[in-house]
Amino acid sequence: MFEYAPAPESRDVVDIKPSYGLFIGGEFTDGTGTPFKTVNPASEEVLSEVASASADDVDRAVRAAREAFGTWSAMPGSERAKYLFRIARIIQERSRELAVLESLDNGKPIRESRDVDLPLVAAHFFYYAGWADKLSYAGYGPSPRPLGVAGQVIPWNFPLLMLAWKIAPALACGNTVVLKPAETTPLTALLFAEICRQADLPPGVVNIVTGAGETGAALVNHPDVDKVAFTGSTEVGRLIARSVAGTRKKVTLELGGKAANIVFDDAALDQAVEGVVNGIFFNQGHVCCAGSRLLVQESIAEELLEALKRRLATLRLGDPLDKNTDIGAINSAAQLAKIRELSDHGELEGAERWSPACALPERGFWFPPTIFTGVAQSHRIAREEVFGPVLSVLTFRTPAEAVEKANNTPYGLSAGVWTEKGSRILWMADRLRAGVVWANTFNRFDPTSPFGGYKESGYGREGGRHGLEAYLDV
Amino acid sequence: MTTSFADVASSNVALRTFLHGLPGVDRVGADQRAAMLGTRSVKTTAKAEAIDLAIRMVDLTTLEGADTPGKVRAMCAKAVHPDPADPAVPKVAAVCVYPDLVAQAVGALAGSGVKVASVATAFPSGRSSLDVKVADTRLAVEAGADEIDMVIDRGAFLSGDYVKVFEEITAIKEACGRAGGAPGKEHGAHLKVILETGELATYDNVRRASWLAMLAGGDFIKTSTGKVQPAATFPVTMVMLEAVRDFLAATGRAVGVKPAGGIRTTKDAIKMLVLVNEVAGDGWLTPDLFRLGASSVLNDLLMQRQKMATGRYAGPDYFTLD
Repeated sequence: MFEYAPAPESRDVVDIKPSYGLFIGGEFTDGTGTPFKTVNPASEEVLSEVASASADDVDRAVRAAREAFGTWSAMPGSERAKYLFRIARIIQERSRELAVLESLDNGKPIRESRDVDLPLVAAHFFYYAGWADKLSYAGYGPSPRPLGVAGQVIPWNFPLLMLAWKIAPALACGNTVVLKPAETTPLTALLFAEICRQADLPPGVVNIVTGAGETGAALVNHPDVDKVAFTGSTEVGRLIARSVAGTRKKVTLELGGKAANIVFDDAALDQAVEGVVNGIFFNQGHVCCAGSRLLVQESIAEELLEALKRRLATLRLGDPLDKNTDIGAINSAAQLAKIRELSDHGELEGAERWSPACALPERGFWFPPTIFTGVAQSHRIAREEVFGPVLSVLTFRTPAEAVEKANNTPYGLSAGVWTEKGSRILWMADRLRAGVVWANTFNRFDPTSPFGGYKESGYGREGGRHGLEAYLDV
Repeated sequence: MTTSFADVASSNVALRTFLHGLPGVDRVGADQRAAMLGTRSVKTTAKAEAIDLAIRMVDLTTLEGADTPGKVRAMCAKAVHPDPADPAVPKVAAVCVYPDLVAQAVGALAGSGVKVASVATAFPSGRSSLDVKVADTRLAVEAGADEIDMVIDRGAFLSGDYVKVFEEITAIKEACGRAGGAPGKEHGAHLKVILETGELATYDNVRRASWLAMLAGGDFIKTSTGKVQPAATFPVTMVMLEAVRDFLAATGRAVGVKPAGGIRTTKDAIKMLVLVNEVAGDGWLTPDLFRLGASSVLNDLLMQRQKMATGRYAGPDYFTLD
């Protein structure tokens, strides 16, 4: 076997401070909550201690954002654009540092943070910078106004990318923001705060408050917040929808998913296998639009599964900072426990479990890439979001059955269709109730393309021209 | 050919039905996968091993109108001792020359273990009659070539005349036989089938031509003549590696792959080995099943090898030109 020697990316490029404060009004300040530790999920090593924002701290942050809103929203769009372009360029310049920090704090492979996350982050800022002086032409009236202060709560799976999805359109439209990163992955958001200072962004336009659920609740419930944007679990999304009901706050929610990757018998087989692997094992399956259900036409099920297993055997699991790693660490002990619980339940329900021979590191949070075959629609692993590297394989006989099964879920975030027949792609896309339908590819993102869900996957769209609507008074 | 595929070539209809029944190749996805494998980082000990393996896989090639016996002899000397200053450098797999120079190469390489490959069949265009192609092949085989690199009739392939291509390959395969050959050369020459993927244009065609060549008895499938661009791209090599992997699973016979043309750097050579490793599997990581058709890459491999050993680069004048 051709063993690749360890090829670790150097972690010296990033300077992690022993402790971090909150970023409010352009300054780092102490929090009044109890500080918490953030760990490297690949080693359980403590990376830093991070301030926790109490309700009072959140109030300070919202007031800072309110104060900055006046000048920021009155600034010509072309001026706001300059700040966003500057931020985008600094992100590109510091992308290696950001990528290493993201992999350290999140556990994702450096190949992904370097080749996927960071280029997309910069692209989002570039894209929305371009909109800042063209809002009159976005289709929302001659001079659409911003909403005010946006309270934004983001998840741990793509910490910096989700930050970009939230902050870039909000700022382009003239809003100011208070953003709460996830408690397990606060570090890149705090480095982003430094970048805001480096870009001379006016104080208070971006505020970062770190903390757990209570901090997020304080932010969402703050009376002076005009807009709530949340990406995360459907469970928390429900709480947020309830808490903002009856207020003036506008809300967008990007929640869970249980996407079907549908492979027809005339698909390009090798590329379909790649797409299935990329669909569920990208970012350890910590992807809301992950293709966690494989729907394969019965006539090629055996052939596809064999190819899939052969391919899984070549996946390289281990040190996220190694440039050759394909599968990194599970983000937290809690998430690992949830993945284990659902996988064990899958076996109990009678599905057959398979993983390639794969040594897991002793320390840290790890789960091998796993396939379940013989899964029925009624099994929990076919209905609930695992949010881990676990694929449920189901079969279908006809296109109509594929659509029926794909749509038979409370979610509706994404779907994939694999066929060499163009007309069938269009036929399927018309019928699939999913915000994104990928054809002969999966997990492809672009700032110009709107992203969002049907049904319990949330409402509102992020990205593209559509993403502006969430941050404009329309 | 195994019995399960015995009827495939019984008519053009049957052959067409089979080849067009192979799963398609999605260009976007294939390019993406090849590009991802190109990001593999092969360093330190792995790099040192890869460089030696790559040297052992080189088919050192000269295919110029200006080739002379002297040029061929010089290249053969280089093939046996790629770096005269360092006896630990392995020999290359083979030298590759035109048929009329095979005898020179055989003489120069006698007893060295380095094989002699010869292009044949109206190389590089393949535009001649089957009789001429067979005669061309026999000329090389009788002069002692161990391996024949034939070209397929791309015109016939692109016009859908798959049977013509198939029958030409089987005829050349037969011409590779060598009854009563010299000691060590009794078994006839191995047949490498050049698809000239740059002219086939689509990955679907590359996959079909790969299967066609394997079904017809080719021992190796080879991307290019080196005379047409693009030549050995990573996605094309990957599609061919998928084909040999699937052919082994279907028939039990392992066919080799040879990317040729355009591989100039150690980095590219190592990327090729990564493709082999992760697509076909490490069973193909041997000169018996994988070759690099190239000439200039050898000196870059030697330069990188020396850099690994000494920590410094030597100038190009420290590596021999042949």
